[in-house]
Amino acid sequence: MANEYIIREKYLVIANDFNAAGDASASIKTTLKKIGVNSALVRRISIAAYEAELNIAIHSEGGEMVLLMNKEDIILQANDHGPGIPDVSLAMKEGYSTAPETARMLGFGAGMGLPNMKRCASDFQITSEVGKGTNIQMVFKVA
Amino acid sequence: MQYFHSVTLDQTKCKGCTNCLRKCPTEAIRVREGKAMIIPQRCIDCGECIRTCPYHAKVATTDDFASINKFQYRIALPAPALYGQFKSTQSIQQILSGLLGVGFDEVYEVARGADVVSKAVAAKLGATDNKPLISSACPAVVRLIQVRFPELIGNIVDVLSPMEVAAKNAKEEFCEKHKVPVESVGVFFITPCPAKMTSVRNPIGLKKSYVDGAISIVEIYGLLSAHMKRSDFTFGGPNASLKGIGWANSGGEISAVGNSSALAVDGIHEVIQVLEEIENGKLPNLTYFEGLACHGGCMGGPLTFENAYVAKNRLRTLMARAAEREPEIQITAKEEQQDISFAQYIAEQPAMKLDENITKAMYMLENIERITAELPGMDCGSCGAPTCRALAEDIVKGNATEMDCVFRLKERVKNLAQQMIDLSNMKK
Repeated sequence: MANEYIIREKYLVIANDFNAAGDASASIKTTLKKIGVNSALVRRISIAAYEAELNIAIHSEGGEMVLLMNKEDIILQANDHGPGIPDVSLAMKEGYSTAPETARMLGFGAGMGLPNMKRCASDFQITSEVGKGTNIQMVFKVA
Repeated sequence: MQYFHSVTLDQTKCKGCTNCLRKCPTEAIRVREGKAMIIPQRCIDCGECIRTCPYHAKVATTDDFASINKFQYRIALPAPALYGQFKSTQSIQQILSGLLGVGFDEVYEVARGADVVSKAVAAKLGATDNKPLISSACPAVVRLIQVRFPELIGNIVDVLSPMEVAAKNAKEEFCEKHKVPVESVGVFFITPCPAKMTSVRNPIGLKKSYVDGAISIVEIYGLLSAHMKRSDFTFGGPNASLKGIGWANSGGEISAVGNSSALAVDGIHEVIQVLEEIENGKLPNLTYFEGLACHGGCMGGPLTFENAYVAKNRLRTLMARAAEREPEIQITAKEEQQDISFAQYIAEQPAMKLDENITKAMYMLENIERITAELPGMDCGSCGAPTCRALAEDIVKGNATEMDCVFRLKERVKNLAQQMIDLSNMKK
């Protein structure tokens, strides 16, 4: 299964590093534009990637973003180590946020991150284990 | 038809240095065989390279002043940025009169066109949910969006630029007043930048521009200053409001349009940063975006004479004087009702993608990643590409080789030398 993806890129995301937060999604966006993915899809993936990256930076102890791609699918994974989410369905509600004050002061934490990602992706899967971390996988259809 | 670019290279002056490489916002420049070259599909005519080049090898092609003689009647269309260029100006009227002195039959201020556009944009803003709308005034930014942000094309406000509106109305008014055929009238924009020249030849939102030529501010500066001294103030203007004139500065447009959730950004690299944020959905409350390629707005255009900050201050003084007149100038009902929407949509011109075939592009990208990892990552520019990554891209496209990298070459030479030594030792 694994080697059917032509593109396999991995980006590290460091917790609470707001200088670097956004770099991974910027690289992902550049990659998609270079490949010639249609612009509407680039925008949807960019929004989802940025939300996912910021979630890792704000809520976790660090993690990574993975971009997998073949001619049918673009898969975006966001995996982090950290506290995990005790109630995933609550976290998926619009406006629900546990972002700390430091992040809110920077304009984050409106509680739109997860719902936004779900809206952007064709398929959205989230698994989380308290004390371990959260794994998100989003699938986008190329054609 | 081939796309015209105002920004070109003067081969004889280019030393093949790498000053321009990193400044180019679309990575459109390469140095090949000791000379810079511009990749036409990527160039947005912003003029960053003109500003940077220490040898003045990057030049802007504009129309000669003499080209106005091709027409029986000539109208000057001064950009408001012109008003801040002169040291001892008494009034805007003096500058406009000077234009009559140098040989124009009429002067029509682009600032008046800006007055019309401000109202039209405000009306469009009130009638759409498409947020944010993006100003169409700076042609370098419009082309940047076509090349690098095609997804945002639908956000560009469907209103012609002040230059086009001024040219259209100038021609109509002149022909009506003097009862002359439209072919006998030439309209010339006095331009602060190469991008405007480009947009005369490749019009934005139109099949054919209303403007017949563009003459740079630097070209007309000397002649105009001489005539301004002699001028007997024959022109009755200015005929534009202070807000229309204010379009010369960054932020002038949003202040004229009058929207509180608007944002003005100047400088092409800063504009790119904010467009990235818009594309990422990070500015959900933004209604209007004014992006100008030059620092300070059109006042900072590469074809202006005076330093942008000095010019800005002068314009402020002139505007303060003009503010004493009463009442403030208003556009006519006819001007307000005219249709200045785009006659033709703006097309995507994505120049960043590697190949039309998406699968092939993916394989190319993987190769680029692999090659980039082997390059030193210093982005020194010695190979002629702006970054190591750009070199890797050129290699994969077949336009360069790994030996263009001086560090890779040094390594290779060292290995070869070692092999020679080993070989000669074997003989002993």
